Amino acid sequence: MTRIPGGLIDRSQTLTFSFNGKRYTGHPGDTLASALLANGVHLMGRSFKYHRPRGPVSAGSEDPNALVTLRSGARAEPNTRATVAELYDGLTARSQNHVGPLGFDAMAVNDLLSPVFAAGFYYKTFMWPRAFWEKLYEPMIRRAAGLGALSGEADPDSYDRGYLHCDLLVIGAGAAGLSAALTAARAGAQVVLADEDFRLGGRLLAESDPLDGGPASDWVAEVEAELRALPNVRILTRTTVFGTYDHGIFGAVERVADHLPVPGTSVRQTLWRITAKRSVLAAGATERHIPFASNDRPGIMMAGALRAYANRWATLPVAGPQDRIAVFTNNDDGHRTALDLLAKGANLLGVIDPRADAPRFGDYQLFAGAQVTGTHGRLGLSSIEITRDGRADWLECHALGVSGGWNPNVHLASHHRGRPVWNEELQAFVPGEGGPQGLIPAGACAGRGSTSAALGDGARAAQAALSELGISAALPRLPEAEDRPLRQTAFWHVPGKARAWVDFQNDVTVKDIALAHKENMRPVEHLKRWTTLGMATDQGKTANVTALAVMAELTGKAIPETGTTIFRPPYTGVSLSVLGGGDTGKDFRPTRLTPTHHWAEAQGAAFVEVGPWLRAQYFPRPGETHWRESVDREAKAVRSAVGLCDVTTLGKIDVQGRDAGEFLNRVYSNMMGTLKVGRVRYGLMLREDGHLYDDGTCARMAEDHYVVTTTTGNAGLVYRNMEFARQCLWPELDVQIISTTDAWAQIAVAGPRSRELLSRIVDGFDLSNEAFPFMACASLSVCGGLRARLFRISFSGELAYEVAVPARYGHALMQRLMAQGADLGVTPYGTEALGVLRIEKGHAAGAELNGQTTAAMIGLGMMVSGKKDSIGAVMSRREGLAEDSRRLVGLQPVDPEAKVVPGSHLFADGTAQDMAHDQGWITSACFSPHVGSSIGLGFLEDGAARMGEVILAANPLEGSCAALRVVPPHFVDPEGERLRG
Amino acid sequence: MHFSGLRVIKEALTGHKGWKPLWRDPEPKPAYDFVIVGGGGHGLATAFYLAKTFGQAKVAVLEKGWLGSGNIGRNTTIIRSNYLLPGNEPFYEFSMKLWETLEQETNFNSMVSQRGIINLYHSDAQRDAYRRRGNAMLLAGADAQLLGPEDLRARLPYLNFDNARFPIKGGLLQARAGTARHDGVAWGYARGADMRGVDIIQNCEVTGIRIEGGAVKGVETTRGYIGAGKVGVAVAGSSSRVMQMAGMRLPIESHVLQAFVSEGLKPLIDTVITFGAGHFYISQSDKGGLVFGGDIDGYNSYAQRGNLPVVEDVAEGGMALMPMIGRARLLRSWGGIMDMSMDGSPIIDATPVDGLYLNAGWCYGGFKATPASGYAFAHLLATGRSHETATAYRLDRFARGHLIDEKGAGAQPNLH
Amino acid sequence: MLIPHPLLGLRDAQEFTYLGDAALLDRPSPEGEGAEAAFCDYVFLRGNPAGVHRELWFHEQGDRSWLVVTRNTLTHEILGAELASKVAKALKGAAE
Repeated sequence: MTRIPGGLIDRSQTLTFSFNGKRYTGHPGDTLASALLANGVHLMGRSFKYHRPRGPVSAGSEDPNALVTLRSGARAEPNTRATVAELYDGLTARSQNHVGPLGFDAMAVNDLLSPVFAAGFYYKTFMWPRAFWEKLYEPMIRRAAGLGALSGEADPDSYDRGYLHCDLLVIGAGAAGLSAALTAARAGAQVVLADEDFRLGGRLLAESDPLDGGPASDWVAEVEAELRALPNVRILTRTTVFGTYDHGIFGAVERVADHLPVPGTSVRQTLWRITAKRSVLAAGATERHIPFASNDRPGIMMAGALRAYANRWATLPVAGPQDRIAVFTNNDDGHRTALDLLAKGANLLGVIDPRADAPRFGDYQLFAGAQVTGTHGRLGLSSIEITRDGRADWLECHALGVSGGWNPNVHLASHHRGRPVWNEELQAFVPGEGGPQGLIPAGACAGRGSTSAALGDGARAAQAALSELGISAALPRLPEAEDRPLRQTAFWHVPGKARAWVDFQNDVTVKDIALAHKENMRPVEHLKRWTTLGMATDQGKTANVTALAVMAELTGKAIPETGTTIFRPPYTGVSLSVLGGGDTGKDFRPTRLTPTHHWAEAQGAAFVEVGPWLRAQYFPRPGETHWRESVDREAKAVRSAVGLCDVTTLGKIDVQGRDAGEFLNRVYSNMMGTLKVGRVRYGLMLREDGHLYDDGTCARMAEDHYVVTTTTGNAGLVYRNMEFARQCLWPELDVQIISTTDAWAQIAVAGPRSRELLSRIVDGFDLSNEAFPFMACASLSVCGGLRARLFRISFSGELAYEVAVPARYGHALMQRLMAQGADLGVTPYGTEALGVLRIEKGHAAGAELNGQTTAAMIGLGMMVSGKKDSIGAVMSRREGLAEDSRRLVGLQPVDPEAKVVPGSHLFADGTAQDMAHDQGWITSACFSPHVGSSIGLGFLEDGAARMGEVILAANPLEGSCAALRVVPPHFVDPEGERLRG
Repeated sequence: MHFSGLRVIKEALTGHKGWKPLWRDPEPKPAYDFVIVGGGGHGLATAFYLAKTFGQAKVAVLEKGWLGSGNIGRNTTIIRSNYLLPGNEPFYEFSMKLWETLEQETNFNSMVSQRGIINLYHSDAQRDAYRRRGNAMLLAGADAQLLGPEDLRARLPYLNFDNARFPIKGGLLQARAGTARHDGVAWGYARGADMRGVDIIQNCEVTGIRIEGGAVKGVETTRGYIGAGKVGVAVAGSSSRVMQMAGMRLPIESHVLQAFVSEGLKPLIDTVITFGAGHFYISQSDKGGLVFGGDIDGYNSYAQRGNLPVVEDVAEGGMALMPMIGRARLLRSWGGIMDMSMDGSPIIDATPVDGLYLNAGWCYGGFKATPASGYAFAHLLATGRSHETATAYRLDRFARGHLIDEKGAGAQPNLH
Repeated sequence: MLIPHPLLGLRDAQEFTYLGDAALLDRPSPEGEGAEAAFCDYVFLRGNPAGVHRELWFHEQGDRSWLVVTRNTLTHEILGAELASKVAKALKGAAE
């Protein structure tokens, strides 16, 4: 145990947790990593390629090494960084990517073979013999690759999404962020302050430097108290702003319940979409390491992380207080770690600083002009080699803090592809021009990282941002704080022949970069892709800049000439569950229910998804064991008695105005302006490219009032296109349109006894053939005063009507019709029988109107009027459309037992069955109770001239081929006597 | 230098001293017989086949950035030949056959992995449409299988079969489809072309096309004028910009398509899966990342980045289809610029300017086409005639009404 | 993205459906010899600029206005939005 005094952990409570099955204890305020270190556990994982033993190198979200699988069962969460996983009682975690125990990983043999596994090796081998790739090489590579494993079970937790709007979003709650938030909050602006950590303070919590002479955490607490008391401030802790999107929109994830054993009644995480008028990026900086020989052992970590563990988490990454700790730094900041360790009573070996003139800040041994050139220790550091003036000494050492300087966290400022720029003085990239609109970087992420500079910078950034919004903000009094200059030097790696890691997780070493250079993979993107540098879960946060510097050294160019790397969202990994916002399972999309849905449910109907709708598919009756029995019965009932079908889902558009007729003339390919009041006409709509895209009926209710119906699937599209025509093409026409699909319930009443049934519910309306013939329409009342519309139209080919009432009466109307029709054999029918009836009648539907066909192809070419302009008319005359000879035909099997299979391709008898001889395809098919066999519709080349011919329908996919006779596409009542009767 | 396992071992034992640059960085010559504008997948493949198959020696590829920096460098790596229409299917099947021997032809492991693709269907109508498509594939000499629900459950037990908004009823499988390592494809072609004398000139942006008397003479570049017998433009995403230099307007809009990869995970998805009731498709890379995508953002863009609603939409699709991926984390997203054409199909054709040829309009399907596109474009450049599998990809098909509209969406690029 | 609707102020782009180049407002005359060629240009060819683009968006989940939005396709910066009906009327007025 290496708990030391102090820290921001609550020692009054003890939490129990387990790692790889072993039980440990920690305290509230701990992360999994800090608690494990405090228990003397330094080995937490294995690297990706060589399976090297690894411990945490950081104390933050950038950690490439300490990845564990948190929780178990369906809640298992692979690749979780122990450095940010908040400890809770009962936490369980397991290490990843090893075969056998973590300490004796069988896959570590890869490390011995590392000369073979150099950068890009797999592009050069595994090519012979060809068949071995899928069978042997690839499975082997796949098994070896990957980190943690998913459980394979559905995520059991709930997720939500939320929307926030603010004047100022402050990203990061360290010194700069807190002072920015405070400045804006006191000015009365709407402020959102977000930080990925579970407590505010950022780097202030990790440092020992006082603010106004007291602990920094006191000042943080004061500010937090003030902010929380203000109604115009929203504080989001445990919230990562992961992406910057257009126009001030940010994506953020709040980990609402990840610090609890189970979420309970809460959601686990919330996806926030934050729309901010202005934003301050106060994301801080990430410390960079210095590659040297064997620099990847557990116990070697960033110097800043070492002092964060000491100061905030009261632990040292060693087995006991006697173990020696050293610091290897090329800059002054590393010396702060030495001072803090001394203050905490650690056994400090000293500070190794490659600068010959390295300063000394306290009472510790300084190895100036020296470098760390090697390390020992199988599963944890045991000694280091220090080389000075050509002399190398091995010294016992159990933990090493490394500091190569700090890289500003420019990520969110470069999400819009604004390139970071090189700052020679800082030897680091800082946010450049062309960053996201309205986003101001402040503090360490802008290269101004002393506490004092960050405090002032944050306040000024907020002030500047608000002044652009016309809000004047006063700068708050800020506490006295350290103001050490950030002096960083260009010492990027320790030269040598042994492997020195640049990208820890993906095992990319300085040698790999040299190989990439040798093979001309020098542009930074080639370097990354060839070596996999920066592709690990930390996305290059700890590796990319160092790698660029190494490549620059090899090419002899300056770093900015060698390249920059921009970052893309997300800043850190975001679970797919929360990105989906919880809309899973049945909630994936809204479900639209018809007005008679609950009635149909009560009848035991089977339902089917039709676009966003659920529609009754068929209504099984007791004793019916197969859906076909129900469907055949329903279809027969329509042909022999009367059936009812809810057709509300068809799109309905009201068109009103003096120019309504002229407008519809231009929207439909056929003439609508000449339609008489009280009559209905079938119409076709084309796209401007001349293809058919929708059909339906158009009813003229009054001189200046039409009702248009569309197919279910195209209801939205037709309406949008009509609005386009009205507003964009012909704004001079006096016409108004509105979708009324949801306003009216509509029920088809179809069959020879439909008139009789309807006559029982209309309020004194004359339904005789003379008074209300085929294709008539009327407004009327039914059921004793209920407002209704009646259309005498037929999709089935029978005498039929569609009656519409206000949507809320749909259910009642269905009940009334069922009750009134009991003695007439009234039968509800669903979409299956509807399909059978329309195929028997040869009406085109979705399979025929698939966007690839023309009016001529469905046999209605004459409906594209040449006498007027309408959308698509001109383009429908192009040769490719006009010369297309494919026509809709009916298809009937020569052997009545044979089946017509939609999706089969059509061939003339005796020709080869290949693409060159393909003459068409079957669009729709069903068993026809009327015909007594399977029937179908299809498009056939020169189809109109081939009636009676026997063709072959090939379905090689399912190994079938049927001889079919080409017949007219009307299997019932070709003369149309029934529907006019 | 010949790549092989033996070579890798030998170099490992000798400290990797023998490796050579994968390609040269030549200075541009004053003139070439063929100048290919665009060092992406299609441009590099064109140069490779011009040199290897058509024996052309004086070929240059001009790339404004680093080679392979176009959409070949950012895509979801899927290869397949599961098209419906006769204008498309033979071409993509030709491409599939080239994929099957790519590594042997280029001596570079592009990791072509024939792990199969399954397009899921969720309704009887969708099944019928897939049956029509599967039959078209078989009739064109490709492979296809229709999977019923039981077969699908056995293959992909982790799909949401029991609580889906849109029930999963089956799928259309093409077993020979799969994935390839996208960068490896660019590198293999680049190295192969370079070995055969093609000059690949990086950081060389074309700024003008010199045309005299209706014929192309060469191109102005940021590295000076380069003369050319024939110029082939293969700059997906920038086609309108480049062809404007020759005074042409194209039937193309540029749109952004986002793609996504998760953190590395142990193998669990061993095929390519596409959702039939939402915008989502997924595979798992050999490194372990789930590679997935969905719909384009839907508005004209050259910004190479997308917006949050599509990210959410894609994740929703994934969670609806396979809720077991919920605890995986999105690691990286990126946006590529697509040439979205007016019928969803590409153009490989001569232009009204003599000697100027165009390869464009690949929508978001260009990666799988890379070998055949390069081959067919090389054929057109070398012989002046369309390759037999690419005869439908004409520029004038829009005016003549011979569209190749797989989706039936019409002249609205963001719907293809 | 946020679209500055001329009647409703800033609205999330998710409320809108995108169509394309505002040149689609300028439908050619169906009369005369060149009608088919003019329609081919109108339906199929696009300027597709990398830069300022005038384009049509439909406020489908809103007030159902068609808008002409001026937007930079390189940066996504929006420079303005007008009611398409006004633009169309002005276009027709200019043509007469």
